[in-house]
Amino acid sequence: MFNLSQIKKDFPIFENNPSLVYLDSTATSLKPRPVIEKLVEYYSKYSANIFRGVYSLSEKATEEYEKTREKIAKFINAKSKEIIFTRNTTESLNLLAYSLGRKIIEKNDEIVTTILEHHSNFVPWQILSQESGAIFKVININQSGDLDLYCKNIKNQKSKCKMTMQNSKLINLDNIITKKTKILTLTYISNVLGTVNPIKEIVMVAKKINPKIIVIVDAAQAAPHQKIDVLDLGADFLAFSSHKMLGPTGVGVLWGKYDLLCEMFPFNFGGEMIAEVFLDKTFFKDPPYKFEAGTPAIAEVIALSEAVSYLEKIGLEKIETYEKELVQFAYQRLKEEFGKNIKILGEGNIKERSGILAFNFYNLHPHDVAQILSEKNICLRSGHHCAQPLHQFLGVSSSCRASFYLYNDKDDVEKLVEGLKEVRERFKI
Amino acid sequence: MSNIYTEIILDHYQNPRNFGEIKNPTKKVEVANPLCGDKIKMMIVFDKEKVTEVKFTGVGCAISTASASMLTEYIKGKTKEQLKKIDKNFIIKMLGVSLGVNRIKCALLSLEALKKLL
Repeated sequence: MFNLSQIKKDFPIFENNPSLVYLDSTATSLKPRPVIEKLVEYYSKYSANIFRGVYSLSEKATEEYEKTREKIAKFINAKSKEIIFTRNTTESLNLLAYSLGRKIIEKNDEIVTTILEHHSNFVPWQILSQESGAIFKVININQSGDLDLYCKNIKNQKSKCKMTMQNSKLINLDNIITKKTKILTLTYISNVLGTVNPIKEIVMVAKKINPKIIVIVDAAQAAPHQKIDVLDLGADFLAFSSHKMLGPTGVGVLWGKYDLLCEMFPFNFGGEMIAEVFLDKTFFKDPPYKFEAGTPAIAEVIALSEAVSYLEKIGLEKIETYEKELVQFAYQRLKEEFGKNIKILGEGNIKERSGILAFNFYNLHPHDVAQILSEKNICLRSGHHCAQPLHQFLGVSSSCRASFYLYNDKDDVEKLVEGLKEVRERFKI
Repeated sequence: MSNIYTEIILDHYQNPRNFGEIKNPTKKVEVANPLCGDKIKMMIVFDKEKVTEVKFTGVGCAISTASASMLTEYIKGKTKEQLKKIDKNFIIKMLGVSLGVNRIKCALLSLEALKKLL
């Protein structure tokens, strides 16, 4: 694998917090030195606005900003004019709900999403459905934590389903996608269960039923952890955030097929998205600029380029394999120590999971568990992780969530195990 | 943050006082903190201005449960006027621990219920 002791050295936060056990990368990732240095470089060497000046500082800033656009395009196998910078995944998805959704959705049309969604890919579509009188359909999960796409009647065919779960040919969307389904929007990887959805196969089956369907992918938890190829996936739009993939906060990415972007109406109006303004009318620039009104997060976009370089240097395939091994090790260790007293959410298909483990410990409230762990400098999330419909479906009000990234190791897992033993002791269980 | 799981808080969490339902309460409210999934239902019986009985049920973390347990213990026998004076600082003093910005919300859930009962 890659040299782990070296990797921690690349993240200055470990120098300042030597005992830090950071298990909340699903919320936001830590930042390596080159990213931090690039932010400083912009502010100390060429901190001018982009596109506006003809002077050299502004030209340098613009050049660096556009370099990131090219880099991101290559990163996901897209064209740079298809890359829009937003504030975060949430804004990318809201942009779609406004600029695309409000244009194409009419009464009795269908919008399909899943129970696995983060609120940011659930609420915008739920609200749009309510406003337009469209039908809002939500795909459930089965007992393993996978989307319920494989058999028509999961109850009667449970044993059969289990065996064929990963066989994409058996994906069945007949009762879900219809000719009236205008939008299918779904997450690539669940931010709670770590379920990796077979996006390519889903897109293929969905488009076979309805070739006009628009497929939107929330890749916030996928882009940092595995290689993404938008052409191969076949979806129409894909959104992710810089801050979850080692980059700065304040930057999101929206990729979309160019002809679709051209048809969409702007989301915000203002500087830089305008071609010409008259007293009685306004003409907009072409995408992506049409969707980037106002001064963006220039330094952050520029520094995102360093995050991509860092990930590519190590290799996303390697990162993916490493995380899968680590999460399985963690699963095994937690089960060994605590058995039935630790309930992992959606544990049925753990080998196919991304580096996320959501769990409940004894009958303790996740806040109390996380609080005691925090005394030992172990950071994990407690709550519903912005996925309330999923928690309701699973019949729990909240959970603890440990998530792993390239800078985590087996030692972190052991510290988590020790920390949980301490929790048990403190509550005299 | 120092240890917030003191003996007294753990005791009230594991053996909450006044936990349960009242058949015919004067008033009943339900408050929730959707962020952590905490829910408290609180029931009260007034004899004119005085609290003669109070109970609560619900699910919550150690802090919110202990806070409800200790608060219901305190308010029994008090008048509405006395209860109106209870504020955030009172709750913090009652719990006897210092809570961060995130956990203080757990402690104040029972106060929210009480305010709605008055």
